[in-house]
Amino acid sequence: MTLRQAQDIASPILEMRGITKEFPGVKALADVNLVVNRGDIHAICGENGAGKSTLMKVLSGVYPHGTYSGDIVFEGETAKFGNIRQSESAGIVIIHQELALIPELSIAENIFLGNETAKRGVIDWGRANREAIDLLARVGLRENPLTPVKNLGIGKQQLVEIAKALSKEVKLLILDEPTAALNDDDSQHLLALLKGLKEKGITSIMISHKLNEIEQIADEITIIRDGQSIETLSVANGGVDEDRIIRGMVGRDLENRFPDHTPSIGDILFQVRDWTVMHPQDSHREVIRQANLSVRAGEIVGVAGMMGAGRTELARSIFGRSYGSRTSGTLVLDGEELHLSTVTQAIDAGIAYVSEDRKGLGLNLIDDIKTSVTAAALKKLRSGLVVDEHKEVVVAEGYRKNLNIKAPSITAGVGKLSGGNQQKVVLSKWMYTDPKLLILDEPTRGIDVGAKYEIYGIIQELARSGRGVLVISSELPELLGLCDRIYTLAEGVITHEFDRSEATQESLMRYMTADARK
Amino acid sequence: MNALLNTLRGNVRQYGMIIALAAIVILFQITTDGVLLKPLNVSNLVVQNAQILILAIGMVIVIVARHIDLSVGSVAAFVGAASAIMMTQYDFPWWLAVFLGLLIGAAIGAWHGFWVAYVGIPAFIVTLASMLLFRGLTLVVLKGATVGGLPEEFKAIGNGFLPEIGPDTGFHNLTLLIAVAAVGVLIFLEVRRRNAQTAYNFEVLSFPLFVVKLALLSIVIMYFAYLLADARGLPIVGLILAGLIVIYTFIMNKTVFGRHVYAIGGNVDAATMSGVNTKRVDFLVMTNMGLLAGLAGLVTTARLTAANPKAGVNFELDAIAAAFIGGAAVTGGVGTVIGAIIGGLVMGILNNGMSLLGVSIDWQQAIKGLVLLLAVAFDVWNKRRTAGSGGAGAEAAEPSAPPPDKLAEEIEAMEAELSVDSDDPPKT
Repeated sequence: MTLRQAQDIASPILEMRGITKEFPGVKALADVNLVVNRGDIHAICGENGAGKSTLMKVLSGVYPHGTYSGDIVFEGETAKFGNIRQSESAGIVIIHQELALIPELSIAENIFLGNETAKRGVIDWGRANREAIDLLARVGLRENPLTPVKNLGIGKQQLVEIAKALSKEVKLLILDEPTAALNDDDSQHLLALLKGLKEKGITSIMISHKLNEIEQIADEITIIRDGQSIETLSVANGGVDEDRIIRGMVGRDLENRFPDHTPSIGDILFQVRDWTVMHPQDSHREVIRQANLSVRAGEIVGVAGMMGAGRTELARSIFGRSYGSRTSGTLVLDGEELHLSTVTQAIDAGIAYVSEDRKGLGLNLIDDIKTSVTAAALKKLRSGLVVDEHKEVVVAEGYRKNLNIKAPSITAGVGKLSGGNQQKVVLSKWMYTDPKLLILDEPTRGIDVGAKYEIYGIIQELARSGRGVLVISSELPELLGLCDRIYTLAEGVITHEFDRSEATQESLMRYMTADARK
Repeated sequence: MNALLNTLRGNVRQYGMIIALAAIVILFQITTDGVLLKPLNVSNLVVQNAQILILAIGMVIVIVARHIDLSVGSVAAFVGAASAIMMTQYDFPWWLAVFLGLLIGAAIGAWHGFWVAYVGIPAFIVTLASMLLFRGLTLVVLKGATVGGLPEEFKAIGNGFLPEIGPDTGFHNLTLLIAVAAVGVLIFLEVRRRNAQTAYNFEVLSFPLFVVKLALLSIVIMYFAYLLADARGLPIVGLILAGLIVIYTFIMNKTVFGRHVYAIGGNVDAATMSGVNTKRVDFLVMTNMGLLAGLAGLVTTARLTAANPKAGVNFELDAIAAAFIGGAAVTGGVGTVIGAIIGGLVMGILNNGMSLLGVSIDWQQAIKGLVLLLAVAFDVWNKRRTAGSGGAGAEAAEPSAPPPDKLAEEIEAMEAELSVDSDDPPKT
């Protein structure tokens, strides 16, 4: 080892010192310090709203030099990035949670977008595609670079993003919730890839809520709470486990990640029989085949399945056929057979569906809290021609208080709330429709630990009041902690039914990955 | 003073256009040596711009619902032509021709609504087609000629004024009475709204500012009425317009339908998943636009005292510009009827003022174009400025005001009703 290399290893690649960032009226970051060692995978943990994303935006120049105080030292030099381009040319590339790929363009076009291999403005596609193949090989993706990105699954799209970062000669790769939308297989692949990149000398910063992944992959973990850097844990020194990280994030011991709950389960409330759903565009492709399931009053029933198994499709097809074509089968709620063809009918029948896509399907982000809370049950507020705005305020205040929605007032815009509070608004909206059955699709996605606990409590109370709850989740510990019964779904087929007592992560996984269609 | 600045800062979007309108009025009042606000000119302003303002009301609703309607000028011309033919060649009574004209307008709107809502063709395309279609049909109906000789009652819709009542005061009494009544209703409604908001602990204007605001509004209304009363009184079309503003503001702000329009404009998928019948809303919004285009056509024909194949050219662009100047968002979900009216007035006063100054039509077009661009640029800049104050965790910084005492009981009653804690299982 040369002296130079030894120095490199000893010196950190990045130091952020005393970073303070203020928005009007809010101190988002207060004196944050972050030291990232060369060649490490450095995880940043914190509840939503703790300031992780803001910190990364400071680092990558989204908030330009001068709008924050403190120093960034990158590769031994004080960095003063005025925009993302400057931080990229220095070798810092950020991959956001929402992927920034253009669906209609090919893999190669996306990789070189903004960075085209051009001669006098004319793109050399031969070279671009050749280089794209090399880059794809480095991320372990065997795809034709001419394939449009929209034809790739979300996991592969993530890999294209990383290939794009590699094309920019990245030294420091920042990943914001890289596995949030991935299934376990794709997540494992991605994590392995990050380890591979680490061996090739690329430093990574990873923001994630998935603590088991962090534990598995990170060398160091910096914890941010309320805009302050709390501590940096070194995994190599041992003693770092999920509970230890959670303790740092929430600033308290979180003995139980689920509130105490004694289920009181009644009669069968809801049944799905022989439910078959075809793909909306391709009416010969079965998305759900002959599904049978039931939910009892007061029962929380889970649906476990890999991404693409048809979980959301199952839920939405039940919810007024808002997905699919040529849907056949029977729905029975409260002893009555339902014939639903629209969402309105489903709501009237007493079904509520909380979507996994909170911003796309759950909320109108330019609305305020009170209009959002009442959006699905406006007819309950109608008196004569008009909406009873007094009652609306009463209802919205009631939910804000009951569900502990943190906002200055119910006239606050939902677009500015954190994920947890947005989810509480969505839950309020559906609770106000007074449903008999609630279908919750990824109810805690992108929500921090503290708010998750509260949402679990809400779900349990809904069940306690005699409603039936169907929970879809990618997080198996969540299903195991919350549900009384769990169905596994694979390739659109319900493969098994577990009682709470007999289910484990391993047994669920076995039936989730079963070859269901043989 | 600080409170005033804060209030203004928080509501630039609402007040910005009003301030701009006032500035334009003052500017032209000075440069035209006071001609702009001469009674007769104000009266003309109302009569000449009524059709654009009527269209702007429908257009802002269409834009809030994330659509557009390019056909309104042609539809207006067609309805005007059809009603003129009915009255002159078929001797229909004027009221029947008006009724059928509105019906034709609504039917054309329903035709658009069918294609937009149920077939799923973008409104831009559907109404572009209609823009050509009905311009052509207008020529067909009129055989390329101007059709005049309309009944007096019909012409009064565009040119008439309210009848006079009471003693001769030198002013138009009925106009003044209507204005006094309007001010009374306005004050009543504003006070009621303020009381309600105070009861909910919502942020309200401080009391002195509230009084100033009401006083200013009342003075503007009374002064406007005084000017009209000094001329020929309130034009009939002005009364129609005032009625439409009240009705559509009510619909958009207070009714379930209005809520649904804003909901589908803000996020159509979320609205669908909340049980909003988005197709029906789209259909009704387009149908309503057709109805108002028909009305605008009748008003225009009546004012010009003849149906003209070239009537209504560029009306759609003026109406769209009015909506955008008035703060509507291209992406949908944002916009108000009052905003569109203010936007329409900005355009109308620019036209009028520049004409008084002797600015040629060509330059008027160019200047109006720039005003549109600047107005929207201001809006975009303003939005970006206010967006910066958020960010993750912003809500944690602000204290959460507790519900006021008066409400607490009601909320508890509601909670008991809604409670998720309740032990009774759902009715089986």
